[in-house]
Amino acid sequence: MNDVVERTRKPTVNATNTASQKTSLLDKPMSTATQVDQPDTASFNRQTVADMPAGMPPAKMEIRDLNFYYGDFQALKNINIDIPEKNVTAFIGPSGCGKSTLLRTFNRMYDLYPGMRAEGAINMGGQNVLGKDVDVNLLRARVGMVFQKPTPFPMSIYDNVAFGVRLYEKLSKVEMDERVEWALKKAALWPEVKDKLKASGLSLSGGQQQRLCIARGVATKPEVLLLDEPTSALDPISTGSIEDLIEDLKQDYTIAIVTHNMQQAARVSDYTVYMYLGDMVEMGETDQIFTNPAQKATEDYITGRYG
Amino acid sequence: MVFAAEPDRLLASIRELIVNEEQQEIMAQAYQQLGFSLVNEAAVARRGSSPVPRRQGVRAMSIYERHTSKSFDQDLETATQLFLTMGDSVAVQVAKAIHALIDADEVLAREVINTDHDINNKELELDEHILLIVARRQPTASDLRLVMALSKGVVDLERIGDEAVKIAQMACQISAEGSAPRGYAEVQHLGNQVRLMVHNALDAFTHLNVEQAFEVMRNDGVINREYQSATRALMTYIMEDSRHVSNVINIMWVLRALERIGDHARNVAELVIYSISGEDVRHTDHAQVAKTVQEASEQMAAREATANQVLANEAPTYDEHTASNERKD
Repeated sequence: MNDVVERTRKPTVNATNTASQKTSLLDKPMSTATQVDQPDTASFNRQTVADMPAGMPPAKMEIRDLNFYYGDFQALKNINIDIPEKNVTAFIGPSGCGKSTLLRTFNRMYDLYPGMRAEGAINMGGQNVLGKDVDVNLLRARVGMVFQKPTPFPMSIYDNVAFGVRLYEKLSKVEMDERVEWALKKAALWPEVKDKLKASGLSLSGGQQQRLCIARGVATKPEVLLLDEPTSALDPISTGSIEDLIEDLKQDYTIAIVTHNMQQAARVSDYTVYMYLGDMVEMGETDQIFTNPAQKATEDYITGRYG
Repeated sequence: MVFAAEPDRLLASIRELIVNEEQQEIMAQAYQQLGFSLVNEAAVARRGSSPVPRRQGVRAMSIYERHTSKSFDQDLETATQLFLTMGDSVAVQVAKAIHALIDADEVLAREVINTDHDINNKELELDEHILLIVARRQPTASDLRLVMALSKGVVDLERIGDEAVKIAQMACQISAEGSAPRGYAEVQHLGNQVRLMVHNALDAFTHLNVEQAFEVMRNDGVINREYQSATRALMTYIMEDSRHVSNVINIMWVLRALERIGDHARNVAELVIYSISGEDVRHTDHAQVAKTVQEASEQMAAREATANQVLANEAPTYDEHTASNERKD
């Protein structure tokens, strides 16, 4: 029995994992350090940076020892993740596991509400985003967010997109027109609204409103886009077009998406993080997580044996 | 003005200009923006009047058949391409093996045996692709049937490759031990028929042609009967003249390998019919299969007709343009 325990505790290391991503899936070793049987929350607190998959592209954001509290309740426990650049990272997990909370720490949305505090560091571009001397508004221009319910401003479509840009940049009318057109094209909305830029943003359909919110998000040319369940309120066709859009956007932006729909995470993301009760259970390449996850807890959740 | 020209001529000229699949897609999207569709392309390709080369735009998909997600299309395309490339490789293996046998060419036979390694690797690669498609895309309906057909078909292709290796090994043995006094005519004859079956099965897969696939299924019966008569002839020869028993038996192994290749080609054809019609036609008598094939053809024809109807309804002003342009000319 002891040797079984020994074997499962030993980290599996494969020298070739740092090579190109094209190695055969069946040859890939387990990417996290330890294999545990049950979601044993005691062991998760010891999770470190070594638990991340090897061979990831350079990190856009590095989260180190992040703890988050809603008053006395600890919602995030010692999170250590790298968000790789120009890739889509999906966060999955059951309700209440802290994935939306984690996303909202990335652009300090919690600052808007009393009683919430974050400890630890989120490093982006060499700077700790959680520091006291950070200009939060500028941060939110660099790290854009799209929410679950489409929330266009009660303004014209043009003004919706231009609003964020006007806060940070001084552009002439012609340049602003170009920027709005560029953002709407990026969000695959331009052909549908180019004749009615003065119409109210609320006159669009649900899928179009969500794409308007995405256009609004990219108009300020952020570095990171956070998508919090962007298609939960939409029908399958709109969902499909937004997923296609995300695949186009990842050429230019780093994207983090929270979704309760595992299949969406499978379709859209390059890396997937499974979270449970405020802990990160496993992070890995999507292909590997959905075909051969290292942790039994992840496998239980993904196959539906959870609970 | 070229936009007003008949769709068929337009498509032909597009195809001449566009060799690259990527460019084809860009053009197709451009035309979609202008309100056109390349739906006719699928119909034309299927009827075979302007044959689509296998390497390019394999399934001759019309605009209506594209997924919202471009990468999903790309994944399926990659898997299908891998499958057909593997199919071509094994067809070439069979041809080479038969030549090696007939010409007692040991070098060619060794080549066949060594190339089998690549074919095995292609099988692994394709299986991995298919696993990822199922994990990531959760395909349904025709996509699911296609993925299942690919997954099963690759096994048959790999076995065809193995049978070709057996023929090549026999060729080596024969060039070492000496040729058999007779049996080569049977090998040549059966070999040609079997090579045609493999080619037709892969062709049916490329063009989604159920009738061609059914043809392949029927041919397997012919091949089995020919195999039996060839075997009987050779056994009679052995009984009459038993000096070269072992050499003639080597030839009989080759015939058996060819007959097995025919069976595998038939399996691929059955998968083509399954992929298109949704009916599993394995282990079914041919009368039943004929009915299934006919229903599937009718359904595909009906779908094309409605697709063309939609195209015609969407673009009612084209005739006016043509008329006015002709008047101008």
